[in-house]
This record gives sequence, C-alpha cells and structure tokens, in this order.
Amino acid sequence: MSGLERGLLFRLVERARRRSAWLFHFNAGSCNGCDIELVACLTPRYDVEQVGILLEGSPRHADVFCVSGPVTRTTRAALETVYGQLPDPKVVVAIGSCPATCNVFAGSPAIDGPLDRIIPVDVYVPGCPPRPHAIIAGIAQAIETLVRRPASGKERSS
Amino acid sequence: MNILRSLLALLVFPGLLYALPMGWLMLGLERKLRAHFQGRLGPPLSQPFYDVIKLLAKSPAPRMKSEAGLLTALPLLAVASLGGALALLPVWAGESGFVGDLVLLATLLEIPPLCLILSGYASRSIYGEVGATREALISIVCNVPFLAALVAMATAAGSLHLTQVVRAAPWVVRIPALLAILFCLPVKLRLNPFSLANAEQELLAGPLTEFDGPRLALWELAHGLEWVALTGFVVTLFVPLRSTQEAVNVLVFVLLSLVLVPLLAILASATARLKIAQATQLLWRWGAAVAAVALALSLFFRQGGH
Repeated sequence: MSGLERGLLFRLVERARRRSAWLFHFNAGSCNGCDIELVACLTPRYDVEQVGILLEGSPRHADVFCVSGPVTRTTRAALETVYGQLPDPKVVVAIGSCPATCNVFAGSPAIDGPLDRIIPVDVYVPGCPPRPHAIIAGIAQAIETLVRRPASGKERSS
Repeated sequence: MNILRSLLALLVFPGLLYALPMGWLMLGLERKLRAHFQGRLGPPLSQPFYDVIKLLAKSPAPRMKSEAGLLTALPLLAVASLGGALALLPVWAGESGFVGDLVLLATLLEIPPLCLILSGYASRSIYGEVGATREALISIVCNVPFLAALVAMATAAGSLHLTQVVRAAPWVVRIPALLAILFCLPVKLRLNPFSLANAEQELLAGPLTEFDGPRLALWELAHGLEWVALTGFVVTLFVPLRSTQEAVNVLVFVLLSLVLVPLLAILASATARLKIAQATQLLWRWGAAVAAVALALSLFFRQGGH
C-alpha cells in the first residue's frame, strides 16, 4: 500500500473512531447514582447519539469501558473478565468518585478498589454523582485518547 | 451477454455497489427518524458507514481457532446469500431470471436468519442461545403468512418465474398478499414490536452478543443488505416495473424502497416489544388470515393455469 493510501485509510479510521464510540457500562458495586447519571446522557435532553455514542449491551461491541462503583471483592473477577472481552483499541472511564478513590468506602475490607489498582484507567470523572455534562466531557476526552491509540496488531489466536 | 448481465446485477445494480450505500442510508434514515420521533436529534445519516469502518479496524480478544472460524463464516454466508438475493430482484424490464427463481429468492432471503440462529448457538453464550431460540421461533411463525402469500401469488400467476409472477398476478390476489407480506416485513427486519431476537438490553445483544470487531461489522453489513433486499423484494413483487425506459424503472424502485423506511420507523418507534406468544397470536390471527384469503382467491382467479 502506498504512503498516500495508507494516510487516507488511517484518517478514515480515525474519523470513524471519533464518530462512533460505543460504551459498555459496568457496575462494580455502585450505589446506582452514577449509573442513573450515565443513562441520562442518552435521553433527549443530552442525546449523545448525535455524535454516534451508543450504550451497547455486550462488552465485545464496545470501545469505551465506563466503570462506576468502588470495585467490591465480589465484582473484581467479573470486572477483569469483562475488561479482557473488550476488543482493542479500548479506553476506560472511571465514572464518579468511587472508582477513583473508593470515596466513603475507603479502607473497607469488602473493597478491592480503587479501579486503577486493577485495570489501567484513562479518564477520571469525579463527583458523587457527577453531572451528565461532566460525564459527557469525560467520554469526549476518552474518545480523543481512543483515536490516537494504536490497535494492537493482528488478532492473536490461542 | 447473459453472464455479463448477471454479473452486473450481482455486483452493480441492484447488487453490492448499489446495495451497500443504500443499506447504510436506510439504516441511517431509520435511526435518524426514530430519534426524531423520540424528541432527539439523532446521529447523522452517515452513522452506519462509520460504525462499520470502526468495527473493521478493531482487533478482537483472542479466541479458539475453530470458534473464530465459525463466527466469521456465518456472517459471511449471510452477506453472500443476500448479495445473491439482490441480484435476483427483477428490476430490469424485459425477460430476466429463470423458471423457479421465486423459490431461489425466497430461500436466499431465509439464509441470513438461519445464520443468525446458528451463530447464536455457536457463540455458546446464554444470551446468544436465548436470542437464537426466539429468532428460530419467530421465523417459523412469520414464514407461515409470508410463504402462503408467495404461494398465492405464484398460483394466481400460474408460474414460479418472478418476472411472470409480477406481470400476471391479478390485483384481487396481489393486494391481500401484499398486506400479508408487509405484515411480515418488520418481523423479518427484527424491528419493534417484533424485536424479540435482538432484544436490545433485555438479552444484551441477542445472538450477536459474542461477536466483536470485523465479525460484528459483517453482521452490520448483512443487516443493511437485508433492509435493501427485503424492501426491494416487496417493491418488485407488487409494483410491476414495466416502463420501457430503464431509468424510470430504476428510479421508481429506489424511491419506493426508500418510502418503506419511514413507515417502518414510525411503527418501530410507536410500539413496544411483544412477547413471543403475543407476536405469534398477532401474526397468525391477522397475517395468516389475510394470506389465507389471498390463497383462496388465487384458486379462483388464476391466470393461464394448469
């Protein structure tokens, strides 16, 4: 493939990634406050589908991994499995104060968090809960990271 | 000449070169309209195109080789059979096709749902299996009025040749058959109120739960082609395109296919998902009844029959 074609193809892929970010939402022991705020982003008031953002039902379809909650011991294994199921390139957004710092649950023996001890986090959206504006701004920042992130080569087979 | 014409139909019009952009346009239009009906602005019309490009550029998590092969082959088969189905649509004026192409077309249109069912089971996900079961049930239910309407058309025309059927079927039979097939259209496109199989959020993503990256992109392509093929099928079967000007035929075909999209979008946004028993009841009480009327009438009004 010539340099020019490669450049065009890369630009097209970058454009596609920027305009079609699909989210997967994982509740790692959240109190449901942040979850409600995340779902509010999809309502007619905020309508993130305008820029191609969809909330997907399956982690295998997603680009952006949104995690809420302080990561309780019971959700940790599921969190790691689901993170592994997202195809590369992917980004992780920590929604709310819980995944960032464990919030009021810090020091509890039932908590394995904060989130960045378990999986790499790209964007933190603090707040208890954060407003939908803040969540949208966080996702927009995550998408910029996603666009520049290289896909990790060819599909490996085990 | 004949081979050239067939290749042209398969690759250019109404085949892949026309059907891919048209499929993206139809999916985009449906999403846009649905968003407007819900009081949102919705994504731009080009959204499905960007979705496919993005999915093609992803590299999925590792899988077992046999599973990966199977999950790639099934959507490929779906795309290929839809390409074949599109090529058989009698858009061009004049004699085209062959005796029995109605049967082949109906079969090719039935292969993608079959692939979807198989891939639901092959993915070994519990959500995939539930989705596949629902898809299997609803396609059996839906095919009773669908095939009965096609049989009525063929009986009335006294032929299994698509061009003949389109020309010869009397309107007395054609209208109830059209109603029955229109009834089946949202079922075959898995739209609300018949979105049982892909039941968004309820079953995660139904049979497609375990599909990722390029494999999911193939399914998105198949879905777009399914829209073009099924709307095109309805249009060509019920509107005889017999103008001597090829351009007029093509234009009428494209416009009428597009007209069906807003109607389906209105239905999808105005209704909620039915249970499988309710959907069966609805399809068999009304759809099958209309199809039965068409069948009965076709026995009285058949043309040049046997």
